[in-house]
Amino acid sequence: MSRGIRINEWLLMYVLSVVVALGVSSVVVEATGGDWWPVLEALVEGSLLAPGRWGETLGVAVPLVLVALGTVISSKAGLVNIGQEGQLLMGAAFAVYFGFLLGGPGVINLVVVMMAGALGGAVWASVAGLLRFWRGVPEVLSTLLLVVVASQAVGYGLKQQWLLLEPGADRGNRNQVSQQLASGNRVPRLDFFGNQFPVTVFVAVVLALLVAFMLARTVWGMRLRMLGHNHMAAHRVGVSATSYGLAALGVGGAFAGLAGAAMFAGGGFSFGNYQLGPGFADNIGWTGLLVALVARERVLVVPAVAFVFAGLRTGAGFVNSTGVESRITEVVQALLVLALLLPPAVVFLRTRRQARSVALLKA
Amino acid sequence: MNFVSAAGDVFSSESTYINCMLFAGLLGFAATGEWVAERSGTLNISVEAMLLNGAFAGAVGYHLFDWVGVAMCFGALGGWFIAFLQAQMSHRLTADQFVVGLTLNILVLGLTGFLDREIQPKAAFAARLEIPLLAELPWVGQALFGAPWPFYLLYGLVPLAWWLVFRTRWGLELRAAGENPQSADVSGVEVNLRRRQGIYFAGIASGLGGAYFLVTRLADFDSSAIGGRGFIAIAAVVFGGWTLWGTMAGCVLFAGALSFQLSLQGLGYEFNTELLQALPFLVTIGAMAVFARRVRAPVALAQPFIRGLK
Repeated sequence: MSRGIRINEWLLMYVLSVVVALGVSSVVVEATGGDWWPVLEALVEGSLLAPGRWGETLGVAVPLVLVALGTVISSKAGLVNIGQEGQLLMGAAFAVYFGFLLGGPGVINLVVVMMAGALGGAVWASVAGLLRFWRGVPEVLSTLLLVVVASQAVGYGLKQQWLLLEPGADRGNRNQVSQQLASGNRVPRLDFFGNQFPVTVFVAVVLALLVAFMLARTVWGMRLRMLGHNHMAAHRVGVSATSYGLAALGVGGAFAGLAGAAMFAGGGFSFGNYQLGPGFADNIGWTGLLVALVARERVLVVPAVAFVFAGLRTGAGFVNSTGVESRITEVVQALLVLALLLPPAVVFLRTRRQARSVALLKA
Repeated sequence: MNFVSAAGDVFSSESTYINCMLFAGLLGFAATGEWVAERSGTLNISVEAMLLNGAFAGAVGYHLFDWVGVAMCFGALGGWFIAFLQAQMSHRLTADQFVVGLTLNILVLGLTGFLDREIQPKAAFAARLEIPLLAELPWVGQALFGAPWPFYLLYGLVPLAWWLVFRTRWGLELRAAGENPQSADVSGVEVNLRRRQGIYFAGIASGLGGAYFLVTRLADFDSSAIGGRGFIAIAAVVFGGWTLWGTMAGCVLFAGALSFQLSLQGLGYEFNTELLQALPFLVTIGAMAVFARRVRAPVALAQPFIRGLK
């Protein structure tokens, strides 16, 4: 193992970078006159220890996992989809629209809602996909710009009764929200020792396993990875960049849209009251994207990272009581992502240096 | 609700051009910097973070020294700081440039939001500076030559960027790094160094842009103030086909779309607000859909250079 890096070295570097990220966050808090330790305590308390909190965290982790899975699929194909926030919102809007349009009893309606959500996300991502492969617009930009368009489109829909707005005569200036999902059509919630979470938790885990299998063990997955690693080679063996690229973006968007539908039908403390309203997406799309970045395309790591980031979000509610602005959790999140980029990069450089010195010795 | 007559009113009103140039200034600073970075081969999406951090640093600078000049300097430094992080992580270490850029965007959004609530820096508007005679031109005179003084920095910055990129050895090496890094490397050009410097230029320019926006439009810093306009600046570079003058034309076009809502409101018209808010982004996407295939990007754009690989 002269060139390899031992596992405890990896572990040490990861621990070190997490410590650095938390250290920088603490400096930010202390420099603005706050106290870091209570903030940390509040985070742990609010995400895990206080009654009912870890169930809440699990519930928040579900859409994060879904978004991150979609991100992994599109980035395996070498595409940079960073518009999950918009795709998620579009998914939720489709879910609301078709859910109430088609109706149906209990579980059937729930399935309709989920399918419509996936469809909405896929449609929105496919717009970027079509622009990429038909008009040569970089998908990095189009997916991003479409986020703003999506939020404005949904905002418009929430003002129109024939689209998303709750029907009702003479509503006056009430808040613009959609109809509420009937209690029989919601995602069932389980109760473990006072912790409630939606059953979509299990769906998310199953989907993660499925995606891992698809990517690692099927022809489709292999072609996708081939396209991502070397598009020239993929072209030579007959993998169409257009059809596989479009599919990868579409499926990625579908996962984000599914996340939106799951938020809508899963409800709970964090995601509104089984209604679509202003600010619904609430950065879940962006956070899910960060989860995928931290997991570095390893599908099975995604749920763990998602749980940590969900914890930062549920813990944020408790941070305000310490007198420190709760947006500090966004800072902690981004710093963690940046810090976790470091170990692989450092190891890469080190292996190259060692390789060079070995080559020089032989010469 | 006659759209045509409204548009006619808008185009014949002087305030329209003033609003347009206000946003064109923001886009212009950012896009000039972004253009340099992209010619060196980096698709630098942290320009949003650079703008926002520039605006925030500018606010802090004004808060401390009570002078717009200091605010601009602080803004440039603030933008450069983000550029430093971006450059070191993506072009010294080998982290993916999009990942780094995106994370920086989110980091700066959170950080400035947090710090803004904690220290609440206060800034003010910059003084207008009228250039005699030119400012009296019909329609565009006030917009181009009666602007707040930081706007005029753009008149220096754009030719400077052009001269640096096309008329200096540094610029030649920078472009070589963006077109064919392997060949540039064997001719003795330090590819990643040039790319880092390109990003630094983008950071300083965008930081100035952020501070400019602060002292011309915001005065009171707000972390949602940039709101995706950095990405429009990137799109302006794509729209302009990676030429500087095309990029500037893109800035003016997109700024027109950005300021359209403001101008309409100023003239007392009411339209669908969602459509108006989405309009600049739709125009940007549409313009890229039409033009993206007709132009030639730097060959190595967004491709990392690691010696000995590929």
